[in-house]
Amino acid sequence: MLSLKHLLWGAALAGVALISVRAEVKVGSPFPALASAGLVPLSGGALPETAGKVVLVDFWASWCAPCKASFPMIAKLHQDLAGRGLVIAAVGIDEKPALAAAFVKKLAPPFLTLHDPQQKLVQQVVVPTMPTSYLVGRDGRVRFVHEGFHGDATDRELRKEIETLLAEKSNHPAP
Amino acid sequence: MKHRIVLFALVSAGAFLSGCANTNFAPVKPWERATLASYAMRPDRDGLHTAMMEHTFFSRETASGGRGVGGSGCGCN
Repeated sequence: MLSLKHLLWGAALAGVALISVRAEVKVGSPFPALASAGLVPLSGGALPETAGKVVLVDFWASWCAPCKASFPMIAKLHQDLAGRGLVIAAVGIDEKPALAAAFVKKLAPPFLTLHDPQQKLVQQVVVPTMPTSYLVGRDGRVRFVHEGFHGDATDRELRKEIETLLAEKSNHPAP
Repeated sequence: MKHRIVLFALVSAGAFLSGCANTNFAPVKPWERATLASYAMRPDRDGLHTAMMEHTFFSRETASGGRGVGGSGCGCN
């Protein structure tokens, strides 16, 4: 017969199994709202309205060499495509805010940089590697994920994907 | 009493096996690698120490030139 103790043991076992379940953001998943993620602006002003827009969210860290190498490419993307509606949000995940601020000050990127001070967003997204960039479509869902930075290959792929997403019509009402 | 032992064994086995199977517990997360990426963690951070260790290795193995020397190959030149 099942007793309360047996049920408690079963619940404990189920709890152990559930610990491994993670809510990783993948292609097709809705990307968490940046506005409510507690991000601190570092450069490029405040976070603009992202609803109905194509958004490139790039996770970087000051200690990550490929992240640093990717910044000129992202700057060029911003220069070429921001005028057509692409929003770039580069999210720094350094544990020490001063390191993130110094990194941004040194590189002076033209695009929007933010800091995730509690590493709340990066843990929610479960970034697989550094850097990782998420290309979010007008519907707010992740359409493409780029793990790492592979120079010109990443640049070519991103441009092609961004062009595809920019060409899609928005169902979001214009402001 | 027997049921309790079986249940305890099942729970323990479940906890143990899930710990082994789930690799998410062990590795440092990508966003937690600031310390690992620091200069102090590089094995070649001290040039003199590296040179001494190389010298010891070469002397012990009588394998001078076996590491960090350009060329290699057949050794026929």
